Amino acid sequence: MDEFAITISLGSLMGVMARAYMLRSDYRQYPGYPHGYVTHLSLGFIASALGSVAIPAIVAKEYAAVTFLALAAEQFRNIRNMERESLSALEEAELVPRGHDYIEGIARVFEARNYLVMVTALITSTVYYLFRWPLASIFVGFVSILMTSFLMRGKILSDLAEVRVGKISFEGPLLKVGNIDIMNVGLPQMREKILSDALGVEIHPKDDNARSTLHNMGQRQAIAHVATSILGTKKDVDTPEFTPMVRKDIDTGAIALYCVPAEKDIESLLFAVRKVPILESAYRKPLKTKAGRMAAD
Amino acid sequence: MSDEQLMAVVTRNKEAISGDVAIFHAADEQEQAKIATTLAKVLKAMVHDIGNGVYIIVKH
Repeated sequence: MDEFAITISLGSLMGVMARAYMLRSDYRQYPGYPHGYVTHLSLGFIASALGSVAIPAIVAKEYAAVTFLALAAEQFRNIRNMERESLSALEEAELVPRGHDYIEGIARVFEARNYLVMVTALITSTVYYLFRWPLASIFVGFVSILMTSFLMRGKILSDLAEVRVGKISFEGPLLKVGNIDIMNVGLPQMREKILSDALGVEIHPKDDNARSTLHNMGQRQAIAHVATSILGTKKDVDTPEFTPMVRKDIDTGAIALYCVPAEKDIESLLFAVRKVPILESAYRKPLKTKAGRMAAD
Repeated sequence: MSDEQLMAVVTRNKEAISGDVAIFHAADEQEQAKIATTLAKVLKAMVHDIGNGVYIIVKH
């Protein structure tokens, strides 16, 4: 078989495998429609073909072909738009929306994954072209899949903050989780219902970086959305009292989640909240600056 | 984000409220809660207790 053909097919194979592997880790971000999988696998195939064609193109002195990579990058930018648009359209039907920040994060991840696929294909095909040993290139391909998924893993909430049980209580009509005020609930029977069914979680930031990340409303909405999508909610269109809410203690920067889940299981809620992804757009690092460190002590 | 709207007021305290808003009078707390519940369901809004015998119905 032609050397180039083997190079390209090995690269494409590993690229598609990388994309399939990354689809697997999607459970919280992706609606999981079979058509969605097909879309992403086929785009992943295109990306991997482009990545694996680069080395043969350079060797064959087909420099024009390499410029197609740039064109491809433009194509993959459209994936971000596609994801953003479809998630924003679905948002209207959500009782507890994801929020723009979360959607933007998901869209960016889907774009980036295609570049990772390209890189995997490029590495695999390069290794094959240099050493002419298919097994070695497949091995390197697997290593690069694991490396990219490790590097792109992102932080989760328990990296930044301590998550504890918060006690639901009322001070007159004022609903509180621990010491943090959530909202004013007027109806006495709603207060009783909340006392018997609601769950509260306190999230205490570990440092000032975490504090300013939790300050972001998009991040807080993501916490509420994840809690709802895992445990369900009793909220309906005519019961705004049961809307999950995340509010801040203005003095300490701690935040509290209040929700009325369909399944009242505090252990499951704590676990889900600890696993909430930290949104790239929310992540702040004031401690990286001198002024931030001065303010910290 | 802030498109809160005051839809109606349910009060046991006639002196406490006046103005250009739908005001419902109730004789006692039970009646007040009942009116407020119905209004909240119909208007898909939430009941808040101001504390002086006045409930406001606010759409969030």
